[in-house]
Amino acid sequence: MIVGEQKPFEEIWEMVKDHKQLTVFGCNTCVAVCHQGGNKEAGILASQLKMRATQDGVDIQIVDSGIERQCEHEFFEKTEDLIRKSEAVLSLACGIGVQFMASKYPSTPIYPALNTTFLGDVPETGLFTEKCQACGDCVLGITGGVCPVSRCAKRLFNGPCGGSTTGKCEISKTVDCAWQLVIDRLEAMGRLGDYEKVMPVKDWSKDRSGGPRSFKLEDF
Amino acid sequence: MAETITRSRLEKILKSGYQAVTSECGPPRSSDPSHIIEKGEMIRNHVDSINITDNQTSVTRLCSLAACIHLKQLGVDPVLQMVVRDRNRIALQSDILGAASFGINNVLCLSGDHQSFGDNPQAQNVFDLDSMQLIQTVRHMRDEGKFLSGDVIKVPPNLFVGAAANPFGDPFKIRVPRLAKKVACGAEFIQTQCIYNLDKFEKWMEGVRERGLHEKVFIMAGITPLRSVGMARYLQKNVPGMDVPDALIERMKGVEKNQQAQEGINIAVESIQRLKEVKGVAGFHVMAIEWEEKVPEIVERSGLYPRPQID
Repeated sequence: MIVGEQKPFEEIWEMVKDHKQLTVFGCNTCVAVCHQGGNKEAGILASQLKMRATQDGVDIQIVDSGIERQCEHEFFEKTEDLIRKSEAVLSLACGIGVQFMASKYPSTPIYPALNTTFLGDVPETGLFTEKCQACGDCVLGITGGVCPVSRCAKRLFNGPCGGSTTGKCEISKTVDCAWQLVIDRLEAMGRLGDYEKVMPVKDWSKDRSGGPRSFKLEDF
Repeated sequence: MAETITRSRLEKILKSGYQAVTSECGPPRSSDPSHIIEKGEMIRNHVDSINITDNQTSVTRLCSLAACIHLKQLGVDPVLQMVVRDRNRIALQSDILGAASFGINNVLCLSGDHQSFGDNPQAQNVFDLDSMQLIQTVRHMRDEGKFLSGDVIKVPPNLFVGAAANPFGDPFKIRVPRLAKKVACGAEFIQTQCIYNLDKFEKWMEGVRERGLHEKVFIMAGITPLRSVGMARYLQKNVPGMDVPDALIERMKGVEKNQQAQEGINIAVESIQRLKEVKGVAGFHVMAIEWEEKVPEIVERSGLYPRPQID
């Protein structure tokens, strides 16, 4: 799923404080799972902004709302009127939702309340870790189900580097060495010999490097 | 003597059966090249070739290629270190051609330290290729006379291709297979991480010999003299992939502070003397970090001086 983290409150306040009306708008799927951008968090953030407005004597009318997903048209039906009448929207969606709204309502300012941080999983309650960078050419079948692109700080395809120490990455003792994990997995599967297969030079044109990506289902 | 492929002095020394000696110099954080020229002059008679580091520890410095050119102009045989952290395949291939155009004959292919250690932790990192793929790239350019794209290089670069090996990185069980992988990619010489744990290095060399890798690649043992017990402790605790045994720290601690630097030199000399006898060690890479003036003493006391006259 997509993981995001709320921006510092001061940064959010600076973006929105000059408006007379603001709709704080949650996105109740990915970023709700990480308790940063769901409809509940939109309500809390709206309350905080109202308190700040009162404290600073700023005249700004704030309402909160939200939908299941800010990245598809059909979910907007119920809130169409609200958004159309809003002077500005503070979106708690990921960067995708913010952009989707901006293109849907071309003259309405849409501000991001979150920093979209990564594509990750939830290995334990309250912990989110990066697992994919959407490089467009998955190698997990070769690397034992551990992604070197997102989990190796140098995205090495033939790791580990010399900085791997007791299973940890050279950048931090709290970061696992991805290549230690690859090797552990290969060994557990009885495929350690595969380590010596040289992974060829990667085609990064399928990654962000190749420009914005899209694909279209021909049957639709 | 085995047939040489390039005009590298290092290649000639190694293929003549001598134990080679290389050292390294870090370029200055300045546009003034005098520093690197002085370092080169200081050690040139005691080594066969001199590595120039490439923005080591991710700190911005005068570029490796320019520093290599300065040394080349002195008549020294430089080893161009190239990390894949900062340049994509276009820039790497371009710099390989540039180096060859100045008669630089050696390249050492490295990943490079992560930028979080350096002066620009906010920098984007590149890692378009990894170090193994860079080895393949240089060999492809030299041997096939082609760019990665497949386009023909009219006059291919003719470089002797090296790589690093760290016998002390984890997991230990893949450190020999990892060397095998670099050899399969086309590495012709290896310079290892600084060796302080000699027992572990010798164990690694056993594995290397079992697979006959010492007959396919020239392995140069990395030696860095300790300047103080503080440095020893720092390397042990703070430098990932570095193995400094407690016994060595105790030994440094056991001498007066003003004698510790000399003790560090003694340890380096003793290490070389012991490793000279290890089958498959083809030479030594003496990395006296910002302490290049000690290289001549280490080389002389280790019985590696004078250097063979070859050319």
